[in-house]
Amino acid sequence: MRERSNQEWCDELRSPQPDSAIADLRVVLLRGLRYGLAEHGVTAADLEDFVQDALVKILRELASFRGEARFTTWAQKVAVRVALTELRRRRWRDVSLQDLVAGRDEGDFTPAVLTDSAPDPGQVAVRGQVMDAIQRIIAEELTDRQRQAMIAVMQGGMPLQEVAVRMGTNRNAMYKLLHDARRRLQKRMLRENLSPQNVLALFSQS
Amino acid sequence: MTTLPKLPIQKLMKQLAATRTVEIGCDECYDELDRFVELELNGKKPEEAMPLVQEHLNRCPDCREEFEVILAALGAVGRG
Repeated sequence: MRERSNQEWCDELRSPQPDSAIADLRVVLLRGLRYGLAEHGVTAADLEDFVQDALVKILRELASFRGEARFTTWAQKVAVRVALTELRRRRWRDVSLQDLVAGRDEGDFTPAVLTDSAPDPGQVAVRGQVMDAIQRIIAEELTDRQRQAMIAVMQGGMPLQEVAVRMGTNRNAMYKLLHDARRRLQKRMLRENLSPQNVLALFSQS
Repeated sequence: MTTLPKLPIQKLMKQLAATRTVEIGCDECYDELDRFVELELNGKKPEEAMPLVQEHLNRCPDCREEFEVILAALGAVGRG
């Protein structure tokens, strides 16, 4: 395969005869995804499909390539996004947000340090009070949507992308919703003279 | 107060401690990710050149996973 500059890649892919550049790019992406996704349990057919979809996307979005990195780096980024989007969709296909959140609701999320036989009964009491305060702040500050999204991501391990789909939004908006939730909690804790660092220290003491 | 789902407190506190007023979202991170990856592969401390991207990668599991897969993919293929 011959070396191409960014400009050459773009010019060839836009030209009336893009076949050679497409064939070369296919090889680059396929090899990259094979290594990049080695631990993700994908088949050879999956890889072919991902690369095919990525090539379509790359050709469609060529105008958005800003030339700040090598073209093949940008193209690999697009291919990885295509592949992981599909893999996450498959992995979480049968999990509903409601199941995840409801399931967590029944669980006990008290930190282990609270239930351990702590040496100091006074400290156990303080921890209990702080826990109650935080739970109250969460209940008062967050919307149902924010709380559900946080539980799904932080406790359920669901990708933001999948939470977003289930909530009828996109991943970027989901990140912003979670950021807003964290900011609300942070500000409220500050008003109540609770700092996350101090709470962490309290719960890490033996 | 009604019974509400509880969040994992320690994990939440770590996230709150790292929360900033200004954070970039997944779209901005994606736009910058190819440049960030190249700095990383060239040993040029992308976390210093692009701290907002680094912070986003620390917080967002989806973007972090994509970053790691791109790194593995490019590390394997070389700089072609």
